Amino acid sequence: MPSAEDIKRRIEAGIPDARAEVEDLTGGGDHFRATVVSTTFAGRSRIEQHRMVYDVFGDEVGGAIHALSIKTTTS
Amino acid sequence: MTDDNTQIRDAIKNAIDENKVILFMKGTPEQPACGFSARTVATLQALGTPFAAVDILPHPAIRQELSALSQWPTIPQLFVDGELVGGCDIVTEMFANGELAELVGVEQPADAPVEAAAAPPRQSAPMQIQDRP
Repeated sequence: MPSAEDIKRRIEAGIPDARAEVEDLTGGGDHFRATVVSTTFAGRSRIEQHRMVYDVFGDEVGGAIHALSIKTTTS
Repeated sequence: MTDDNTQIRDAIKNAIDENKVILFMKGTPEQPACGFSARTVATLQALGTPFAAVDILPHPAIRQELSALSQWPTIPQLFVDGELVGGCDIVTEMFANGELAELVGVEQPADAPVEAAAAPPRQSAPMQIQDRP
């Protein structure tokens, strides 16, 4: 079961120049909310930005990670 | 891929093509089976747009084929004019800032609850127990 800290670390490792704040919404290790800031989001659509975050976790989102709520900004 | 899956994928494509606004969700608009689906339905209803809804729960292949098609891992998924708009977060954000009204082609409701974006999603009950006499 991943912790909010695990999710944060993986996002920051997986996306260049990313800073993430992650909250475990239920305390159960399967519903998270992530706020991610990265300059690499610039010029990309919101869909593309969120896909970049989902891509860090592959099949785990929708599987072991039931829900990952995302908010992305460039600064 | 089995023939069944091909049929399901074709049915999904047709549904997306034939409905200007279509939501793939867990449960139905009347009885959503997940907090994120419920919130997305509530947002579309607040926007005042008609929309088609597909319950992905009855067959696991529906979700499998939908995510393969959209390259998006989670449910709900909203499509407008054949294009994936996003899930609950994006729909909520675009409703709050008026982009969704523009995309769908309706008037932004005057009383749009902008703070809705900050409301945490509610987890649906994992099971229901009824007391019976």
